[in-house]
Amino acid sequence: MAEISIREAINKTLHQEMARDQSVIVIGEDVASKHSGGVYGVTLGLSDKFGSERVIDTPITESAIIGAAGGAALTGLRPVAELMFIDFLGVCLDQLMNQIAKFRYMFGGNVITPVTIRTMIGAGAGTGPQHSQILYPLLVSIPGIKVVAPSNAYDAKGLLTQAIRDDDPVVFCEHKAIYDELAEVPDEEFVIPFGEARKVCEGNDVTIVAFSRMVLFAEQAAKKLSSEGISVEVIDPRTLSPLDDKSIIESVKKTGKLLIVDEANPYCSMASEVSSVVAEKAFYALKAPIRKITSPHTPVPASPTLEAFYVPSVSQIEDLARELSNY
Amino acid sequence: MLENSELYKAYRDMKLIREFEERIRAEYQQGKLPGFIHMYRAQEAIAVAMCMNLTDQDYIASTHRGHGHCIAKGCTVEDMLLELCCKDEGICRGKGGSMHIADMSKGMLGANAIVGAGPPIAAGAALTAKTLKNGCVSVAFIGDGASDQGTVAEALNLAVVLNLPMIFMYENNYYAEFTKNPKPDGRIAERAGAFGMPSVCIDGSDFFAVYDAAKSAVERGRNGGGPTAIEAIVPRYYGHFEGDAQHYRERDEVKSSRAMSDPIKIFLQDPRSEGLSKNEIENMDNEISELIETGLEKAYSATEPSYEQLFTDVYVDYKGH
Repeated sequence: MAEISIREAINKTLHQEMARDQSVIVIGEDVASKHSGGVYGVTLGLSDKFGSERVIDTPITESAIIGAAGGAALTGLRPVAELMFIDFLGVCLDQLMNQIAKFRYMFGGNVITPVTIRTMIGAGAGTGPQHSQILYPLLVSIPGIKVVAPSNAYDAKGLLTQAIRDDDPVVFCEHKAIYDELAEVPDEEFVIPFGEARKVCEGNDVTIVAFSRMVLFAEQAAKKLSSEGISVEVIDPRTLSPLDDKSIIESVKKTGKLLIVDEANPYCSMASEVSSVVAEKAFYALKAPIRKITSPHTPVPASPTLEAFYVPSVSQIEDLARELSNY
Repeated sequence: MLENSELYKAYRDMKLIREFEERIRAEYQQGKLPGFIHMYRAQEAIAVAMCMNLTDQDYIASTHRGHGHCIAKGCTVEDMLLELCCKDEGICRGKGGSMHIADMSKGMLGANAIVGAGPPIAAGAALTAKTLKNGCVSVAFIGDGASDQGTVAEALNLAVVLNLPMIFMYENNYYAEFTKNPKPDGRIAERAGAFGMPSVCIDGSDFFAVYDAAKSAVERGRNGGGPTAIEAIVPRYYGHFEGDAQHYRERDEVKSSRAMSDPIKIFLQDPRSEGLSKNEIENMDNEISELIETGLEKAYSATEPSYEQLFTDVYVDYKGH
């Protein structure tokens, strides 16, 4: 099986789904660009293959992109819209929060809204306060939307395939700092159902629940700690809404110790959500206080020096996991 | 020239909207309906003349002032009353209410409680029509207040750039909620035209004027000619919502605008409708009253949604929590 990057996995999935289903269209800013295929080349080649009627470049107009994708989904298409950076949610949130998320409910279950919104998240590229945020907690708190954040190429393919075929609106969060991460990915189609966490590695001493890029950091920390004789279990929920509570609780019941790593800002983050779930449902299994590592309650700084302080680090994870193990 | 059958339909739909609204207004004043309702009175000709040019396969996106659009697009009075009463049998199962009535079987993509949110959605429906090449068009109804929203400008621009089969049907009733719209007549159409589409400003109380403008806009859309904007002017009859005392309007202004803009009266006085028989109209009026009374009775005696309904239809399928 060939190793491909997350970028290639997403690109191949888009090709595969567009070829499989005529109602799939791709719409967004620069998505049809023949030379670059968007800012990070994710949609490269789609417009050559499927033409400008199905791979649609738009003006810089996020409300119209997201709104039109929602309207198209309501009337029979299966659009994959690109919100270039999740930070741009600020200019189009109404169409997602008040329209797309609520169509099915407020129309009495008479409609489906099969729209996928691909968007880039995360710090690590020096892109500053308005191009580096995580922001998915905002969306996770809205009923009616599913939120997905793959941490590797295999999951990216299976989850994006599921997102496009899913009859509910899905926001697919791609961390810009891990597009080049390689993994073995089958050529043939497959789906990963939402709400099923992946056990990244098995362990008995400490459970680490990590999201998106932080899964990679947690994995590195787990390797290091294993050489010290500390056995860490890393869980990647993969989908943030729905969240696979069950797998997390099962793991905590085994280890009794929980560390959550989330690049989002700390308040009302996935870290606080998982923490609350475990405190409510597995309190008596805990042998130590739940610990969280998030970015601080600050915007993302442009300075690479400050940004490095901002993003949770592998060594922070190692230190806290070690501390928990010794508790 | 419209056939007599079409003229009867025009009359019937306008009158049905009028009577429907007057009846629910009376019920609302007695505290029998929940939430907010926004009266469409005086604008009946706009919805009816526009929608008479559409089929069930064409789409419309409506506004908070949406009852007229719903009826004109073919939603039944019975379905609507059940929904206004928020009953389980309502067309949105009581979860939408007055400001979210939608009926996909009629191409009615929903009333909308966010001012200016409809046009991007209507643009999406137009994109579906263009992609599937099915000859359908999509209409966004937009108030003068909404005309100032960025989302409307974005939809205008996208419709031009993608050459979408779309009609921007502005209803200029001179008031954005409690605030008088300072724009001169025609400015809204002019703005839309500046994006690069044909635009026209007409008298919204004149059914025939709206019908002709809508007809040519729909034809243009169906034939691949792209979007059109129509600004139809008719002063608002009631307040922003029912219960709004309109202290911000001079009494004389309200009085004179009410006297001037009764589209049903204007329609019946027009020589083009002189073939309609008084008897037939009277029969229609009686049928309409009966239809509303029966619907209302049914709505009041219908069942409240059950506790379980709170949780259904958030998603098609959701595994977790």
